[in-house]
Amino acid sequence: MRPGRAASVRPLSRVSRATIVLLVATLAVQLAWHAARPGLEARYRPLGPPPSAASLRLLSLGESALMSRLLSLWLQAHDTQPGMSVPLARLDYARVEDWLARALELDPDSRYPLLAATRIYAAVADPARQRRMLEFVHRRFLEAPDARWRWMAEAAIIAKHRLRDLPLALRYARAITEHARAAPAWARDMTVVVLEDMGELEAARLLVGGLLHGGALKDPHEIRFLERKLEELEARRAAGG
Amino acid sequence: MPAPRTSLPSTVAAIARVVVLEALRGRVAWLVAAALAVGLGLAAFSSRIAITETREIAAAVLGAWLRLAAVFVVALFVATSVLREQADKGMELVLALPLPRGAWLAGRLAGYAVVALATAAACGALVTLHAPLAAALAWGVTLACELLLVSALAVLCLLTVSQAPAGLGAVFAFYALARSMDAIRLMAANPLAAGEGAAGAWVGRVLEAIAFLLPDLHRFARTEWLVAGHAAPGDVGWALAQCAIYLPLLVAAALFDLERKVP
Repeated sequence: MRPGRAASVRPLSRVSRATIVLLVATLAVQLAWHAARPGLEARYRPLGPPPSAASLRLLSLGESALMSRLLSLWLQAHDTQPGMSVPLARLDYARVEDWLARALELDPDSRYPLLAATRIYAAVADPARQRRMLEFVHRRFLEAPDARWRWMAEAAIIAKHRLRDLPLALRYARAITEHARAAPAWARDMTVVVLEDMGELEAARLLVGGLLHGGALKDPHEIRFLERKLEELEARRAAGG
Repeated sequence: MPAPRTSLPSTVAAIARVVVLEALRGRVAWLVAAALAVGLGLAAFSSRIAITETREIAAAVLGAWLRLAAVFVVALFVATSVLREQADKGMELVLALPLPRGAWLAGRLAGYAVVALATAAACGALVTLHAPLAAALAWGVTLACELLLVSALAVLCLLTVSQAPAGLGAVFAFYALARSMDAIRLMAANPLAAGEGAAGAWVGRVLEAIAFLLPDLHRFARTEWLVAGHAAPGDVGWALAQCAIYLPLLVAAALFDLERKVP
């Protein structure tokens, strides 16, 4: 029969007094040493420049898509450092842009960098930083308009409602109308809505007329919506509005 | 004719010599040499792909790799050595002899210390290729302290559980916890989600209590010394003091466990 734990050890009384004293004394010294240590202080580590794309491709052993996502996750976690939550306004947005660009360079099909730009980093309460992120999205949108139109549409909405910068919103909306053939009707027609908001009825009317007669529209619902919009705009123009 | 009596120091030295011979025959030196070679390769590779701070990147990669590899090799050697001693009934023989158990422990620990110091010296010498001598010296000395602590910890764990998976698991878990404890405490002290209530406070207290019992290994052999090219004057002294405090604690705990063992 296998002996139990109680049978495999000798009683405590067999341990020498010197050993017990040594154990208790060293434990007491360790506790005192730890107690005398200066307190911990959380320190912010600023964002460094991203490694080059070539280095990252080598390090990932060819798994660029995986590395792109790891990079995005690492950047996202950067504002949560041990002991502190770093406000977005404290981040160096030039560096953030570099990291997002690198992640996108490693995998142009990844949606993560542009989503992070519009939904996370553009949520900062600093118009200059918000504009920087929206411009980043605009530049990247122009590289692949049909794949990235939804982030451009989000940027236009942020410019219109959060920044209240209608000319900027118009620029982004117009970029979708002009470049993103695969975008749905609501996204391509955003330009009309923004022009209306700006009071540019004549420009809106011309744009809708151009879309209708350009021959690019195929969806009967979109054609009907724009025809109605054109009638409405012409009625407002006739009424002097 | 009565057997010649041997003095205690010579017994301790003889046991230590057996441990060193065991390391030599077990090809530990080859394992360390392989770790050094891999470290050199990693450093050369990383400095080739870096576009700037080439020396710093090579030093950081080499330092981090050698530290982990050295801890792994030393812990593995000590664990297998203690287990072999138990499996071959060598320990039972020693326990049955009219020899203080402390002498057996001192001999084994002295042998492991030789292996740990030789490993740290080899690693420290190699990092001088990518870091200034002063930084490499500080790094090597504190790595030696860390390896001494790991050796004693491995002896304690393997004497206590006598099973390789559980013993080595305990060693590596303890090591990982000791290196990351400050970061864990900082996170617990500043929770991201507000309103954690009593559970959060209790977690914080438990972590604080555990931290009291752990050595601050994250302040040993720091890569940033190799990158910056120097260590703050107090850093090495601090690590030496922590080692001087914690090593006797581990030895006392191992001795306590050994004295309770049945021959």
